[in-house]
Amino acid sequence: MSGIRRSVGLGLLVVGILVPFVPLALTAVSSGWRYPALVPQTFTGRGVALVFDPDGEVLAALLTSFTIAVTVAVVAALVGLCGGRALGLHRFRGRRLVQFLLLAPVLVPGFAVTFGLQVFFIRYGLADTVPGVVLVHLVPTIPYVTLVLGATFASFDVSYEEQARVLGAGPVRTFVSVTLPAIRPGLCVAALFAFLISWSEYVLTLLIGGGTIRTLPLLLFSYIGSADLTEAASVSLVFALPPLVLVVAASRYLTGAQSGVVGLGRL
Amino acid sequence: MVLTETIAAPVAAAGAGPASARRRWRVPRRARVALLLAPPLSIVVVFFLGGFSQAVAQSFGYVPFLPTGEVGLGAYRDAWADPAVRASIGLTFRISFLATGLAVVLGVGAALLIRRSGRFRRVASTVFQSTLPVPHIVGALSMLLLLQPTGFAARVGDAAGISEGQGSFPILTGDRFGWAIVAEYVWKEAPFIGVVALSALSSGVAELEDAARTLGAGPWARFRRVTLPVLTPGVLATSIIAFAFSFGSFEVPSLLGRAFPSTLPVVAYERYRDTDLTSRPQAMAISVAIAVTIGALVLVYIALVERSGRRAP
Repeated sequence: MSGIRRSVGLGLLVVGILVPFVPLALTAVSSGWRYPALVPQTFTGRGVALVFDPDGEVLAALLTSFTIAVTVAVVAALVGLCGGRALGLHRFRGRRLVQFLLLAPVLVPGFAVTFGLQVFFIRYGLADTVPGVVLVHLVPTIPYVTLVLGATFASFDVSYEEQARVLGAGPVRTFVSVTLPAIRPGLCVAALFAFLISWSEYVLTLLIGGGTIRTLPLLLFSYIGSADLTEAASVSLVFALPPLVLVVAASRYLTGAQSGVVGLGRL
Repeated sequence: MVLTETIAAPVAAAGAGPASARRRWRVPRRARVALLLAPPLSIVVVFFLGGFSQAVAQSFGYVPFLPTGEVGLGAYRDAWADPAVRASIGLTFRISFLATGLAVVLGVGAALLIRRSGRFRRVASTVFQSTLPVPHIVGALSMLLLLQPTGFAARVGDAAGISEGQGSFPILTGDRFGWAIVAEYVWKEAPFIGVVALSALSSGVAELEDAARTLGAGPWARFRRVTLPVLTPGVLATSIIAFAFSFGSFEVPSLLGRAFPSTLPVVAYERYRDTDLTSRPQAMAISVAIAVTIGALVLVYIALVERSGRRAP
């Protein structure tokens, strides 16, 4: 391939990826943008003010989203540690069935099962509550974390743990100073994606939270439905920022070869 | 880590005497595996399988906590006969196939470009991957602002003299074809497939291609005989995930599509939210069909990953 053709290709690639961000960023700060103009005529800080209003619904939704996503990530990581260990370190009968049972909830859209579950959530008082939303977010995230940690444990040498035990370390000490450092990259990636899956979840929150639990995606969805897209664009910048920062921060743990990459397709 | 490294050698030499004495007190291996798997699997069994079987039961007409009326395949028959569902099936498959196909071509193409981009490699791959963590709702809003009739693309088209004023730019949002939906999926999935392709290409492929070159293989033969076989397993598996996602996604077609025809998840959701409760079984029937389709794709994915794993050195 010639150098010029390659440069043109790379240029098109960068433009194709970045161009959709341009109207989003401009809309977030524009107050008047009549049709043929390429840039807005007048600018406004209304979107920024809306986002940072201390009594506003955006900050409240941000807090709700954050609380739910962190809880989901922590619970999914703890539960996934158990299952991941079994999956990675042991060969057992029915292993393939277990793999299928874990991968299916990650890829089958959550609404398909939540339609069937909603009656029970209402019946047992979990509908319209934060614990109910956390619970329904755990359905795709726990299997995902288990799979990623399964792959992590598969390359972990258990004899290190035995050696620590022989030298007198208790189970807790062994876990904290031997197992945990060895599986940290996988654990970070798994928890990160559990957070992100929960953070960007829309339908499950809507079905179980019933509009009472207003997370950022729910708020954003209703803003997009309104006529004024300046607010929607501002909120979406706030909504997209944490995932961007987190993925960049964890990028040294992330490669396309890992099983964790499935999570990217789920986002 | 320091602890493990310093103790590794002496213990290995000393043998596992005390460890095996202690092991006798441990839970048997099979019970241990079962205990470890119990927490995640119970969530899957109770909520996923439980929810799915409830959806199946309700699609047959069974209603929990209420006296059951007529039980049968009526909802499936009605859904299949419904023109809205018929149109939706075609639209959903078309959007998913088109989006996945384009994402594979563009993602692999971008990966091939990026790995040879020398000093721009880091920048190019960072930009390329920047859409990965962006939530689909934000992607959908971006595509709306870009592609709607008064969107940024139409403005640029006017300024460049390609289109002439309002109304001359093609309708890409809320259209029958679903162009904006396809665009959003490609924008998100091409980098996803590209990341996997890039990592497959970084594992010593350049050396193999050089070897093929010295043996007299031309560029096309090198691509077909060396590069493509390296790329295929990962890209194929990843494209199944991309297809499954676009097939079952609700947010994007709901924001960028139109009411009729709409994709299957949107139709299922509308039926579910219908105030007329008699359309509930149909909503269940459609989502069961979606779940079964994607479940079958999961099986294909597992088979592909296992086969490529066995082939790997």
